[in-house]
This record gives sequence, C-alpha cells and structure tokens, in this order.
Amino acid sequence: MLQSIKGAGIHPAEDESLFESGLLDSFALTDFVSGLEQEFGIVIPDSDLSARKFDTIRKVAAYVSAKAS
Amino acid sequence: MVYLRAFGSHLPPRRVANRELAPLVGADPAWILEVCGIEERRYTAGADTVASLGLVAAQDCLRNAGASAADLGMILVASGSSERFCPGPASQIAAGLGLTSTPALDIPVASCGSLIGLVLAAQLAPQFGRVLVVASEIMSRRINRAPEGKDTAILFGDGAGACLVDAQAGFARIADSILCTDGTASEILKIEHERLAMEGKSVILQASRKMPRAINDLLARNNLAPSDVGVFLLHQANRNLIERVAGSLKAPLDRFFMNIARYGNTSSASLLIAADEWRQAHPEPLSAPMVFSAFGAGLNWGALLAVPD
Repeated sequence: MLQSIKGAGIHPAEDESLFESGLLDSFALTDFVSGLEQEFGIVIPDSDLSARKFDTIRKVAAYVSAKAS
Repeated sequence: MVYLRAFGSHLPPRRVANRELAPLVGADPAWILEVCGIEERRYTAGADTVASLGLVAAQDCLRNAGASAADLGMILVASGSSERFCPGPASQIAAGLGLTSTPALDIPVASCGSLIGLVLAAQLAPQFGRVLVVASEIMSRRINRAPEGKDTAILFGDGAGACLVDAQAGFARIADSILCTDGTASEILKIEHERLAMEGKSVILQASRKMPRAINDLLARNNLAPSDVGVFLLHQANRNLIERVAGSLKAPLDRFFMNIARYGNTSSASLLIAADEWRQAHPEPLSAPMVFSAFGAGLNWGALLAVPD
C-alpha cells in the first residue's frame, strides 16, 4: 500500500518512522489510513485518527491485526 | 428567517513572503508553497491588538451593510489569539464602535470560532436584533519563527473578518447548520502558554474526515447534493486540505473559494475574510446555495448552509 502511494521500491524497516523518513507526509498519511480501511475491510474510527498510531509498519500491523480480529 | 447581510475584513499591510520567512524556519520557499499553498501572509505592527484589527473589520462590515453600530443588537467576537482572556476583545470592539450597553460576548475559539459565531448569531438575531460576528487573530504572536516551530510558523498570518447577521433582510437566508465538538483529541491542536502547538498530521487526518462528513450531513438533511452548491467557503487552513475536502465531496474545486495563497491561515478570521472577498467579487443576488465550513482546536468543526431567499 505504501508503494502504491509513494511508488515502487519502498521497503521501510518495521520500526522505521514513516514520517521522519519522509515516506508519509500529512496527506499521504490520510490516503494510507483510507487505504488500510479498504484493503483490510476495517473501519478506523475518528478516535483512532492519531498519526502516532500509524508511525511505523509494526504499529500499523498491530493496529490492523487488532481491528481485524 | 435570518439572513447574511454583509461581510467585512481587515488585513494588516505588512506582507511576509515565503522568501522572508523561509530562512528563519530553515525551510525552502518552494517547499512552503508546496505543503500548504501559501505564498505570503500578513503580520500586524507592534501596536495592533486583536481588538484593534477586529474593530476595523467590524467598521468595514457595517459600511458594506449600510448599517450603523447603533443598529446592532449584539456583538460576538471569536479569537483564539487574544492578548487578554478576560475581558476579551468583544467589549473593546463594542466600545470602539461607540456602544456602551449593547451585549458583546467573546467566543474564545480559534479556527472554528467564526463559524460558531455565525451559528449562534442565527439563533440569537430573532431575539436580539442584528448580530455582528467578528473574528480577529494575531497568530504571528503565537508561533515560533525558528526551525523548531517550522510546521506552524509557515502557516499562520494575522487578520480580521466580520459578518452582519440580520433577522430582517440580507442576500442569503441561513437555512441550517451543524456544530460539533470532540474534546478527546483536544491535545493535538491548542494555544497554551501563548504558543500554538499542533500535531499537524493528526490534525489533517481529523479534518479530512470531519469537514466533509459535516458538509455531507448538512446537505443531505436539506435534500441537497454537493453539486447543488454554488460556492464553498471553508476555513483557509491549508490549500491541500481544501483540495482534499473537495475531492471527498466529489465537488468541483473551482467552487471552493480560496485566498490562502495571499493571507495564509488566519485562524478564525479566515472564514469571514474569504467570505468578504468572495462577496465583493460576487455582489449579484445569490443564485445557488452556499456552504461555510470550518475545523479547528477543540476539536470544533461544523458547517452552515445559506440559500437564496
């Protein structure tokens, strides 16, 4: 999904900050969060719309796993 | 029935272009334009206050309405950057207008403050008479023009706007409105200890969803679609955010009035400054519904629908 937003060849480490590395800016993050909902069939409520929840691949994976289950 | 009768605005004369600001915050001027669509903003002079800027906008609005201060039944003043909390700028603006007994109330809310003022004015005008809504901000004194303050320093400027809400006559009838508050996310955007603090990415995440939702809900319950709206007047927070809202609504971007390139984000004032510029450019009778929407610290957000009468 990151690759679809930022282009091919994106391979961030699990704990690499997607923001500090420049992979996601404010508006790419908005696309990314919407993409997570569509890709994984989850609903991300407004109360979870905090950038800190989506800062790294590890955090994203944990969040999506919890939501999907 | 309650109407929007006229708008007014005041922008301080000093222009601060990206090339002046960029070296202070350690940014490239082109990057500033890219991330927010702002080319320049206005800063006040040292002697100006939130009340003094607001007073000029109020006088401009009354002039545009062909009304006098003595005609006012109430004044509502929104500001998140006022120098003094209590009494706030409302009483000073009322005094500046020569009024000594007209109720003048502060709305200490930043970006969404003017929308809140319009919604309250629509409810109060039938009882109090003409309500003057003023929004005035000196955000340049709430930002840190240094590299550590880059993300907010590039955005904000100073200015004031005003709107006269009238229960008797106007160019657009206020038909409906939505106001919302969610304090659970209040920490992501705040003015505290005289400094603005913002988690920009979280703010954009929240605003990108809440503003289109409020607008869609408002239009739907009035049996309207975004394509029916003639003009969207949004809080001028960030050009990219306005484009995002337009995309979410599937509405043509050219129906979203924007002046953020010239003034930056003037917080609560931006909605009324934009409305004043739009109205000056379109003085003809309103031919289609218009929608106002804002989002900001609180979190507060909402939308207001005005229609041809």
